[in-house]
Amino acid sequence: MRAFEYVSPTTKEQAVALLSSTWGETEILAGGTDLLALLKDDIVRPRRVVNIKEIAELRGISFSMPAGLRIGATVTLQELLDHPDIARHYPALVQAARGVTSPQIRNMGTVGGDLCQRPRCWYFRSGFGLLARDETGRSLVLEGDNRYHAILGNEGPAYFVNPSSLAPALIAYGARLRIFGPRGTREIPVERFFRIPKSEAEREYDLQPNEIVTEILVPPPSAGMVSATYEVRQREALDWPLATASVALVLEGQRVRSARVVLGHVAPIPWPSPEAERALLGKTVSEEVAQAAANAAVQRARSLGKNEYKIQLARVAVRRAIQQAVGGGARR
Amino acid sequence: MDVRLLTLNVNGEQHTLAVPVCKTLLEVLREDLHLTGTKHGCELGECGACTVLVDGEPILSCLALPIELEGREILTIEGLMEGGRPHPLQIAFAEMGAVQCGYCTPGVVLSAKALLDRNPMPTRQEIAEALSGNLCRCTGYIQILDAVERAVAWVRERRLILEEGRS
Ligand SMILES: Cc1cc2nc3c(=O)[nH]c(=O)nc-3n(C[C@H](O)[C@H](O)[C@H](O)COP(=O)(O)OP(=O)(O)OC[C@H]3O[C@@H](n4cnc5c(N)ncnc54)[C@H](O)[C@@H]3O)c2cc1C
Ligand code: SF4
Ligand code: FES
Ligand code: FES
Repeated sequence: MRAFEYVSPTTKEQAVALLSSTWGETEILAGGTDLLALLKDDIVRPRRVVNIKEIAELRGISFSMPAGLRIGATVTLQELLDHPDIARHYPALVQAARGVTSPQIRNMGTVGGDLCQRPRCWYFRSGFGLLARDETGRSLVLEGDNRYHAILGNEGPAYFVNPSSLAPALIAYGARLRIFGPRGTREIPVERFFRIPKSEAEREYDLQPNEIVTEILVPPPSAGMVSATYEVRQREALDWPLATASVALVLEGQRVRSARVVLGHVAPIPWPSPEAERALLGKTVSEEVAQAAANAAVQRARSLGKNEYKIQLARVAVRRAIQQAVGGGARR
Repeated sequence: MDVRLLTLNVNGEQHTLAVPVCKTLLEVLREDLHLTGTKHGCELGECGACTVLVDGEPILSCLALPIELEGREILTIEGLMEGGRPHPLQIAFAEMGAVQCGYCTPGVVLSAKALLDRNPMPTRQEIAEALSGNLCRCTGYIQILDAVERAVAWVRERRLILEEGRS
């Protein structure tokens, strides 16, 4: 690792003052499970690293009705899993967090860090940038090994997949992020936080270099809500999934009154599927209905050459997540 | 360069040393404290060879900065002996053939210790889950799971014998 200056402010105001308004000069440090890897690989070269774990108001979990759930950005994945109210009311979130199987990473990694972790695209991690282009501007992903790259939202110029397993579940629940910066606090839906970068100067999420994600706010569970996350993985541990689906359905009797279906690890952003949602609305969930929704979710998917298999994996993830939510399908 | 004078509690001993803030705990343990039992594997969080316990919980020393660990109890494999005797896990690993090349062993044993301290009677599934952050390229894991189960059984027998002795 290159040398950097380390600072550890105790208030968010101090932290923001210590962060540069230009990307590249400073980096935020939470659990460090991704940032240290980026520093070692020389992908980021900050002159200053700002630890946010000493800021008290970024910690803690609270749940109450009707307020819902508040998760501080520096809550660890293990703390999230240990919380009884989250286990009881937000199964899709728990199942997504449980997918990060390594206890070591769960003890260190934070919820804010999971949302802000950088893509695992091997071209990005080898220093070719988010858009992974060679000197002549051609995409290394399209020309090269794209077996783990995007099957949706892959019209370019970005082809990496968003690596967060928690984001699809949070989006399915309609969660919002609270962000603090030089101009105070703002709030946005998690869904709108992520974006497909159009140039190398942009990040893959809506954050200024001197803004900090401070809290994640999840609405209270509505009556009749069922939810689940299903992951398809190559290895059970120490790896990211190949495709995930998080679903939250509100049932009225047997019928689906509202539906959220969000895919993960298949597009440069967590990928909500209005097509799948439409296929579920007003229906009683059966195997056929779940299959139809799954087909609809990948209708617009397209292979980049070596990742066609991911289309089927995404389809399976959606079908099983729906079945798991209503209690019929394979559980894990 | 940003260098700090830090006091770290490693295996119950206080060490005061000057550390550049960009040096990882793994590097400080191995290079400054010469505790080379903690292994240097992928350096990216993907193997668990560098696992140590901080306040009893497993973390990856390759991704931890010592500056954040002042005042915390750091335990490495060198600190596992109890009263000059090997920990039951260490004996079980040696006897059950759970060590082949041995590179993963310190991390695996520490992850297992953290589990047993929290849950002295884990199921095989719970053991497998607790060790899922530790990669082993040699044993195929079966001997490792067997060894942890053996250590669990020993500790339990010993406790039963002690209890019988008392009653
Ligand atoms: C082997 C392995 C397997 C993994 N598998 C999975 C998986 O299956 N699913 C999954 O979702 N994740 C997985 N992860 C990723 C892991 O969950 C993340 O690395 C972790 O959650 C990041 O949190 P952190 O606190 O360590 O972040 P850090 O490393 O501290 O930060 C990560 C990035 O986010 C920024 N950042 C952190 N917090 C904030 C904040 N509050 N505001 C603004 N920016 C911030 C940092 O500047 C940095 O760029 C895996 C990691 C490893 C090493
Ligand atoms: S068993 Fe085969 S695949 Fe597994 S680690 Fe050994 S050589 Fe590699
Ligand atoms: S060396 Fe730390 S996880 Fe591999
Ligand atoms: S014994 Fe060789 S890696 Fe586990």
